[in-house]
Amino acid sequence: MAESNLQLLTSSIFKRNPIALLVLGICSSLAVTGQMTTALVMSICVTLVTAFSSMTISLVRHHIPNSVRIGLQIIVAATLVIIVDQVLKAFYFGLSKQLSIYVGLIITNCILLGRAEGFAMSNPPLPSFIDGIANGLGYGFVLMSVAFVRELLGSGTLFGVVILPLTTDGGWYPRNGMLVLPVCAFFLIALIIWILRTFDPSQQEKE
Amino acid sequence: MADESLARPFYTVFVLAFVCSALVAGAAVGLRPLQEDNRDLDRKRHVLRAAGLYDAARPIGELFALVDTRLVDLASGEFVAEGTLSPDSYRQLEAARSDDGGRLLGADEDLARIRRLEKYSLVYLVKEGDRVGQYILPVRGKGLWSTMYAYVAIDGDLATIRGVSFYEHGETPGLGGEIVNPLWQKGWQGKKVYDQAGAVGLSFAKGKAAAEEPAKSFQIDGLSGATITTKGVESLMEFWFGEHGFKPFFARRRAEGHQGAAPPTSAADGGPSHG
Repeated sequence: MAESNLQLLTSSIFKRNPIALLVLGICSSLAVTGQMTTALVMSICVTLVTAFSSMTISLVRHHIPNSVRIGLQIIVAATLVIIVDQVLKAFYFGLSKQLSIYVGLIITNCILLGRAEGFAMSNPPLPSFIDGIANGLGYGFVLMSVAFVRELLGSGTLFGVVILPLTTDGGWYPRNGMLVLPVCAFFLIALIIWILRTFDPSQQEKE
Repeated sequence: MADESLARPFYTVFVLAFVCSALVAGAAVGLRPLQEDNRDLDRKRHVLRAAGLYDAARPIGELFALVDTRLVDLASGEFVAEGTLSPDSYRQLEAARSDDGGRLLGADEDLARIRRLEKYSLVYLVKEGDRVGQYILPVRGKGLWSTMYAYVAIDGDLATIRGVSFYEHGETPGLGGEIVNPLWQKGWQGKKVYDQAGAVGLSFAKGKAAAEEPAKSFQIDGLSGATITTKGVESLMEFWFGEHGFKPFFARRRAEGHQGAAPPTSAADGGPSHG
């Protein structure tokens, strides 16, 4: 299983994407994909938190007693999440107003704990850090793809910039109301999984 | 794997928890001044937006110099005497939650479904010359999912809406969330709050507001696909402009004879008016 750092970085984006292959982190990908800006900030936050929590856990992995390891992993993740939330509130207030609830929810993001338990506990700090970044990027890739479709067709904008002027604002594009609602992210994620598994059949589950 | 003696887990957990709590406490305390400045600026920005005075190119502090912040006793409608409570440090929502700063609303009173009402409310006065040109009032009420918070700017005539700015809500994006849409908020301008009989006459249409008088003056576009949010906005206006809200304040201002005249300002209050 010895992979180079570069392989580690790329394979988590397409080959074993945390959302598409492991189907982790679904809850937040429904909630924050209505707009590209929120999806981008959420991706950055998750990437940073996953990377640093994996690194921290990997650093102290020889001192973590087996019986309390999950609890300790959660403490590390929670600490980092609170710090990210506080920094957002101090420097990016507008974004933190939209994201605050979801940032808090990063603590329960399964990707975080999945990487801590599945990778960082048995690997040195640097690969763990890279693995965290890679999984964050993989998560971000799916998030941004879903947000692209939802924001463009649901609100007629990308990153808040009007692309398709809405009929409600005097334009010509009648918005697709369903894409505004979180449920539709389910369909879009399913489509992404379908596409990925068609191009890479090794991801398909055995019958 | 680490040594699995009985004391070991306790020791590790203790050390890690200590380090983590120190980090969290450090971040929270160290960043608090910045965060409070942000909250304060955000509040001021929305007050200015409601009043139509906001200009992104100019610093908020400079624009806010036109605005005089005062406290009003909601029950009596009088200004709170200077020196007793400072408007700058008054936290309205905290007051509403506290035992001596607020009270529980009865089910029949609580149109806006806010449960507790504060004794004193902040009001923002914008002076135009030596009269008050606008009153900007903080209001809130429940929509479909969340409590919606807004500032409503009322003209010096105490009846005409000059503008509105919703600044916090958790309604469905794209549907109820459209309460923050500037185009919709523009539709509020010039509408009358009170009807002939003095009751709150403002209402929200299903779809487009009426184009003909007399309904035109009292009706605002409803939000399509957001009936409950719209209903919530209607109820919160009815509540805050009714007996338990700012109506006594308006009555008092009128009774004092000088509808638009500025209240006496004391020295503690920020100096001369700007015109």
